[in-house]
Amino acid sequence: MDMALPIVNATTAALARVSAAFNAPLARAVVFGVHIDGHLVVEGLLIAVIVFQLSRKSYKPPKKPLSEKEVDELCDEWEPEPLCPPVKERSHIDPAILESAAGPHTTIEGKEVVNFASANYLGLIGNEKLIDSCVGSLEKYGVGSCGPRGFYGTIDVHLDCEAKIANFLGTPDSILYSYGISTIFSVIPAFCKKGDIIVADEGVHWAVQNGLYLSRSTVVYFKHNDMASLASTLEKLTRGNKRTEKIRRYIVVESIYQNSGQIAPLDEIVKLKEKYLFRVILEESHSFGVLGKSGRGLAEHYGVPIDKIDIITAGMGNALATDGGFCTGSARVVDHQRLSSAGYVFSASLPPYLASAAVSAVNYLEENPSVLANLRSNVALLHT
Amino acid sequence: SDCFGRPIASAPDAWFDVVERHSNDGNKTLQRTTKTSKCLNLGSYNYLGFAAADEYCTPRVIESLKKYSASTCSARVDGGNTKLHTELEELVARFVGKPAAILFGMGYVTNSAIIPILIGKGGLIVSDSLNHISIVNGARGSGATVRVFQHNNPAHLEDVLREQIAGGQPRTHRPWKKIIVIVEGIYSMEGELCNLPEIMAVCKKYKAYTYLDEAHSIGAVGKTGRGVCELLGVDPADVDIMMGTFTKSFGSCGGYIAASKEIIHHLKHACPAHIYATSMSPPAVQQVISAIKVVLGEDGSNRGAKKLAQIRENSNFFRSELQKMGFEVLGDNDSPVMPIMLYNPAKIPAFSRECLRQNVAVVTVAFPATPLLLARARICISASQSREDLIKGLEVISKVGDLIGIKYFPVEQEKVASVDKLKKLE
Repeated sequence: MDMALPIVNATTAALARVSAAFNAPLARAVVFGVHIDGHLVVEGLLIAVIVFQLSRKSYKPPKKPLSEKEVDELCDEWEPEPLCPPVKERSHIDPAILESAAGPHTTIEGKEVVNFASANYLGLIGNEKLIDSCVGSLEKYGVGSCGPRGFYGTIDVHLDCEAKIANFLGTPDSILYSYGISTIFSVIPAFCKKGDIIVADEGVHWAVQNGLYLSRSTVVYFKHNDMASLASTLEKLTRGNKRTEKIRRYIVVESIYQNSGQIAPLDEIVKLKEKYLFRVILEESHSFGVLGKSGRGLAEHYGVPIDKIDIITAGMGNALATDGGFCTGSARVVDHQRLSSAGYVFSASLPPYLASAAVSAVNYLEENPSVLANLRSNVALLHT
Repeated sequence: SDCFGRPIASAPDAWFDVVERHSNDGNKTLQRTTKTSKCLNLGSYNYLGFAAADEYCTPRVIESLKKYSASTCSARVDGGNTKLHTELEELVARFVGKPAAILFGMGYVTNSAIIPILIGKGGLIVSDSLNHISIVNGARGSGATVRVFQHNNPAHLEDVLREQIAGGQPRTHRPWKKIIVIVEGIYSMEGELCNLPEIMAVCKKYKAYTYLDEAHSIGAVGKTGRGVCELLGVDPADVDIMMGTFTKSFGSCGGYIAASKEIIHHLKHACPAHIYATSMSPPAVQQVISAIKVVLGEDGSNRGAKKLAQIRENSNFFRSELQKMGFEVLGDNDSPVMPIMLYNPAKIPAFSRECLRQNVAVVTVAFPATPLLLARARICISASQSREDLIKGLEVISKVGDLIGIKYFPVEQEKVASVDKLKKLE
């Protein structure tokens, strides 16, 4: 274009002289009802030059795709890393091999030891009623359930168990999952999508962190079990920020933190949640059946009505001495998960004998609330 | 919605009791009644017939339940490791043909938790386009770049690998740290076997690691039940990582990974699902141990071999009869999963309800598990179904098929007559 401009100017000047020469006789010529003035010729020529410049291809270095031979050479040269890092002798952990049930006393390599490692809070391992109900289930239903919940994997024991748990906690409905940790990392992505905001405690355990990562929402952490930090985080996120009012906001906390053993102050969390309009997801794996006057969990412990907490999840592998997990909340919360929770829809259901064990465990808890007093006195003993 | 989530009141064996449900508000909510109807089970994953109480397995399971109780209440490394677990790991490794194995409590968790440990940012995962969602979740959770190749197409896999190795990581063009190719043994929605020998050849040529998910094929195919490797003649030592679940063929729950000793050692120390999650329930472990012993014949009888032969015969017979009747059935021979194409989403509830009315329980699959217009009914064959059961199932399906109009292929008349002859013989 730089070269073209002087040329255009020269052309224009020449044309001006030419048209001036023609102007006099052509001034009164009319073609198609339009006066042909000299300047129209000049403008037409200018437009022609501009169009010519625009239509010229700009200069680009030519692209040279790799030839087959070059691709072959690259493939031959490439060396992958080994699939796993080499074994370091020092990092060898040999877990203890139990030879009997993981009750309060267990046998390891022939020696009887006191078991402080299992999360057997209510002492239900080895309980006669539990084992009898499991035996009954095994003889009737076999071991596995052989199918996901949607395709004939729903056995009536599952429905009984869900109803029982919902009854015990006082919520409308509940939903069973087949594995403890898969509960929380299926529930969080089912409700929190990309673009939502989640405020989570720093000390949540791996399964919760995995769920937060899979949900692809924005996660903001607050200091472990520090209510002042939570309040200031919520304040920062909502103050003056119009956008946060339109997207979904969640707080994720655990009732008893697996990594540190602290109890979350639920009453303050509920006050903050109502002030800033967030929804609470409470992970109760270690407190269900442990806290509260009758074992109903953190809400009873603090005297908070259970319907103030939006979603409660828990794994049953701790106090209830079975496996699997459940999630409760309002009816809509539970129904949504039946269609869109990955760990529920795409995975085989809980083995029926574990579901009947859960039912008998909850029955036991309802009938013998004194076992909680035992637990509490033991805990107090160890703390002093 | 009354076609999904049907509750059952007995073990998911060849014949089971389906609980009837009725609805007051047009199928929005369903209440269960106490009535049940006995139906032929063509839907549960019960390939070797271990779903119901079994004469060898159940007494041992009850014994282990009384000894170890229903759950261990702790993670494997803390206090959940019992003798049963170590025994099962060795047995699984021996059964599959690899040096070592590691157990997990749930199949879905196995995939989602293992893939992030094996590969991270800077690696490449090439997975089949029809892989299960647990693999997709694991791949996404690992942070590596994911590329998809066309289903069961080794030529396309080769193209993708060449392009990726030559191009390197996106934007920086640095060479990839490692490449893992993930395929499944039997695809649950298609019933096809994967083209393992050719895919293995491609992976070896380009030095990519292979991960084989045998959820549906372990125990169900192969002469001695060892899965697709045995069926297709691939040496298990060539596949780097073999994964499987115990839910389908062995009637239990849980999953495993079998690989070389170093990889398993690394996984035991680094995998969070192993370190934090409760270990597998001991009776379930015992069930798998007994089931594998039956399959291998170590229980002293030849029930295992009979079961394997039965399931092979059943699946081939059922598939050929369905094809002769004019249904469009997907899948390869020897595969116990056969989807019958329905195509039209409106035919799904029709097929399902009509079959249930005639006491045959089938599974119908629609969007989002399959593409919208490729709805299908999926039949899972079991070793515990006898010839008469299959013939009854065939009759019902044929009648319903005529009613709905899904016999897309021309019927071969003289071979349909042979089904009647078979009935007279039985």
